[in-house]
Amino acid sequence: MQDQPTSAELVQAVADFIRDQVTPHLKGHVAFHARVAANALDIVKRELEIAPVANAEELSRLQALTGKTGSLEDLNRLLCTEIEAGRIDLTTPCLADHLWQTTLSKLAIDQPGYSGYRRGLEEWQTSHKG
Amino acid sequence: MSDDQASLLAGLTQVAKAHLDQAYGISDLKRLSGGASQETWAFEADHATHSEALILRRRPPGMTERSASAVPLETEASLIEIAGLTGIPVPRVRHVLRPDDGIGEGFIMGRVEGETIARKILRDEEYAQARPKLARQCGEILGLLHSIPLENLPELRHSPAADEIKHYRDLYKAHNHPHPVFEIAFRWLEDNLPPQDEANTLVHGDFRNGNLMIGANGVRAVLDWELAHTGDPMEDLGWICVNAWRFGNIDAPVGGFGQREDMFEGYEATSGRKVDPARVKYWEVLGTMKWGVMCMLMVQAFKSGADRSVERAAIGRRSSENEIDLLRLLAPLGGN
Repeated sequence: MQDQPTSAELVQAVADFIRDQVTPHLKGHVAFHARVAANALDIVKRELEIAPVANAEELSRLQALTGKTGSLEDLNRLLCTEIEAGRIDLTTPCLADHLWQTTLSKLAIDQPGYSGYRRGLEEWQTSHKG
Repeated sequence: MSDDQASLLAGLTQVAKAHLDQAYGISDLKRLSGGASQETWAFEADHATHSEALILRRRPPGMTERSASAVPLETEASLIEIAGLTGIPVPRVRHVLRPDDGIGEGFIMGRVEGETIARKILRDEEYAQARPKLARQCGEILGLLHSIPLENLPELRHSPAADEIKHYRDLYKAHNHPHPVFEIAFRWLEDNLPPQDEANTLVHGDFRNGNLMIGANGVRAVLDWELAHTGDPMEDLGWICVNAWRFGNIDAPVGGFGQREDMFEGYEATSGRKVDPARVKYWEVLGTMKWGVMCMLMVQAFKSGADRSVERAAIGRRSSENEIDLLRLLAPLGGN
């Protein structure tokens, strides 16, 4: 077990440092790329926080859908093959829910400000109330 | 000034003297954008009484490579001229480069004043009067564009939906990273292919917010004709509705500025052709898949070492934006 701070906290500190202390001293292209770099660290930070649980849930849904065991990558590849072959489609129970949950988790990490994510999340929460 | 720029300046000065109403020279030569194989420059052609603001699009000498889907620059110039004759707002083509001009392939056109940056168009007060008109104007323009007789056109690649899907499926497969949502989209697109017997017209291929020059009264010029081809006219109506081109204004499906109904009305008025909304949606799905695959492929330049910038790397993490858009289109939750 590693000591404090957590990796997410370290990454957050570096992102804040770039954004708040470095970028104000930069201009033009370099300033733009510094902001992009800080945003990339934000992705890493969110992934460190969200992915462990999200990946475990994704894996268990994939096992249920495919009836197989394997790594996240193996089962995603298998699911792709099954969809391409037409053996699994949107009428397959739980497939749509699985894709929605997986995609919402990906976006919570990658682009939580994206308009399609914010709207999709609202729609998901509304349709899964109670 | 670099050697390249100095030799362009010298060459362009000769071109201006010979072909631009006997200008005595040029000034303010500035590189605007473009990759290694294609460049866009702004300059002024100077006359005794005035100067003319111009744009040069060129492929420098020795650069023969271009992407498979892009048309040659002289084809682009001829499309812009034909579009202009049809009443579509476009820049005026002033000169198509010849081999003896010595500055590569390309053409010179008038510089239209206005704004192309989508977020400014959607936000700035200057365009507040224009915004409510844009969807209808886009429809009117596309109606004209799709009415140009095919026999008037230069040779173009023909790319109906089936070819587009195959192209992107091959790219996706070669990338070899599993995206179940893209698989669903490919299957849906293949299972719902529109009948091929319907209209086959000129397609602009990249008609969207960002490629339109906008002024206070609306569209001033349609730019970026390099992806033009022939195919299903509904492709252009679907592409401008892809969520990526709404720049956050998700409830204004046409470019983030307007509604589909307004675009369709404008389209029907100038083309006399009925819009099939289901077919437009089909092309919105195809466009969303296409943009998702393109974001995914951006990672290749990063991983190969060709472009190690953080910016390039981070774009790969935008592929998922298209996955949520595809799910909202193909597996909508209640009330959508």
